[in-house]
Amino acid sequence: MYEGAVQDLIDELGRLPGVGPKSAQRIAFHILATDTADVERLAAILRRVKADVRFCRICGNVAEADECRICRDPRRDLTVICVVEEPKDVVAIERTREFRGRYHVLGGAISPIDGVGPDDLRVRELLQRLSDGTVTELILATDPNLEGEATATYLARLIKPMGVTVSRLASGLPVGGDLEYADEVTLGRAFSGRRTVD
Amino acid sequence: MYVQHLSVADFRSWPRADVAFEPGASVFVGSNGQGKTNLLEAIGYLATLSSHRVASDGPLIRAGANQAVVQAAVVQGGRQLVIEVVLTPGKANKAKLNRSPVPRPRDILGGLRTVLFAPEDLAIVRGDPSERRRFLDEVLVQRTPRLAGVRADYDRVLKQRAALLKSAGAARRSGGSGDLRTLDVWDGHLADHGAVLLAARMELVDALRPYAEEAYSRIAPEVRPNATASPFGLRYVSSIDGALPRDEGGASDASNIPDVTVLSAMLLSELARVRPQELERGVTLIGPHRDDLDLSLNDLPLRGYASHGEGWSAALALRLACFDLLSSDGAEPVLILDDVFAELDTARRDQLASIAAKAEQVLISSAVVGDVPAQLVGARYDVADGEVRRVR
Repeated sequence: MYEGAVQDLIDELGRLPGVGPKSAQRIAFHILATDTADVERLAAILRRVKADVRFCRICGNVAEADECRICRDPRRDLTVICVVEEPKDVVAIERTREFRGRYHVLGGAISPIDGVGPDDLRVRELLQRLSDGTVTELILATDPNLEGEATATYLARLIKPMGVTVSRLASGLPVGGDLEYADEVTLGRAFSGRRTVD
Repeated sequence: MYVQHLSVADFRSWPRADVAFEPGASVFVGSNGQGKTNLLEAIGYLATLSSHRVASDGPLIRAGANQAVVQAAVVQGGRQLVIEVVLTPGKANKAKLNRSPVPRPRDILGGLRTVLFAPEDLAIVRGDPSERRRFLDEVLVQRTPRLAGVRADYDRVLKQRAALLKSAGAARRSGGSGDLRTLDVWDGHLADHGAVLLAARMELVDALRPYAEEAYSRIAPEVRPNATASPFGLRYVSSIDGALPRDEGGASDASNIPDVTVLSAMLLSELARVRPQELERGVTLIGPHRDDLDLSLNDLPLRGYASHGEGWSAALALRLACFDLLSSDGAEPVLILDDVFAELDTARRDQLASIAAKAEQVLISSAVVGDVPAQLVGARYDVADGEVRRVR
């Protein structure tokens, strides 16, 4: 145990995801040894991030204004929505530059163990966006794990009757990988999701 | 298949141990509490990623140590394979195959196959249904490692579904409607994974049956009520048995295991039927996690009716059936007999010895060397004071 503020800092840092007690201690002493100006900058940005960053009114992505950069962009295709769990998934898909539509960030996946049901996700907002008929296609890009699959199944059942085309991201073999290194589940999915070669 | 070398670090009572083996019989001899079983347990752990004595990994790590390491060199068809597992409490275990890390520990399954018979196995006959399900799943995973993943997914769905049933049930009782919209989704996943597990278990029981009947007759030749039928019976009892198609006479026969898609549909419709009860009790009432393996002797259930000796014979017959089954569809497993000879009468001891003597490798532990039949005393290791010494 350290005295006063140092220990408080270690305790606070230790609450961050992925930071254990040892790392917290290392970061705390790094901060102690750093220039005051650098630390002030970090403190200021921490305050700003809580004060200024909001969630986009439309898609739920992080934004600095009422609407996020993507939702404001007029070149985006208004007829396609890609549904993801977290803002970081938006960044991942944006990096591909394959998708020109807009996003909808759910804020998680259905997981009763963690007390997360459809009402805790931004499902109602999604249904609202679909209600005016502009959107014709919905791409479900939730994680390919049990909770992500459950969320995708739930949304598909809910939205298909509305006459919107619903698709799910394919799961299968990684590009540039070797078949022999794929695990059985992935390889099995790749088999059942195979397509004809033109 | 045989284990050529075992080395453990901070596993159970052993700070360190290195033992070299040869094919054939090896016997560990030592007083109680010297760590004989711990060494056999380590080998069994590499084959199944679970211990035959405890459900969690915690007790496997030596008190005061940060992690335990178990490594074995296995020879199969002239080739050597080095399997290693590192157990760290509170973290995911790590595994290596030929010294390179694998993504998931279960990727090493199949590298070493063992059949372990131990005093704990009496629980398969006398214990709760969960013991018999564990027995079946353990063999399943050794035969088809992919099912370890199915099993893990199924358990996860069960947990999610239980959480949902509990919260929805509580909301209902307090007058609310309860959020049931997502229950259908979990039902679907439960049925999909459950059907795969169910079909695999039914198929396994059918495959084990002839071997188990034969093994029982060999171990206990005096129990023979009539010449035609075997006295030992095993039958898979499923929570959807009522909905399963039956042939005339009511016995679910070897050849008619329904297709996975049919089983999945049946699980779904049964889940729909019991939903009100499930909401009331907050548990999933349908699925392979509620099933049992029915064991009988002369048509009387072994659980309850069997004598101590009959229970032992039945447990032994099941293990030997596993040995024969695993041998028949691949490499012959390593047979491990942990402290079992003291429990058997002379006739059964000799029967077991003559079966075990044919195995490529059999590893035995015993407190008294006189308990081990003479034909199985090949290599002998004395275990005492934290050391393993080969004496013969």
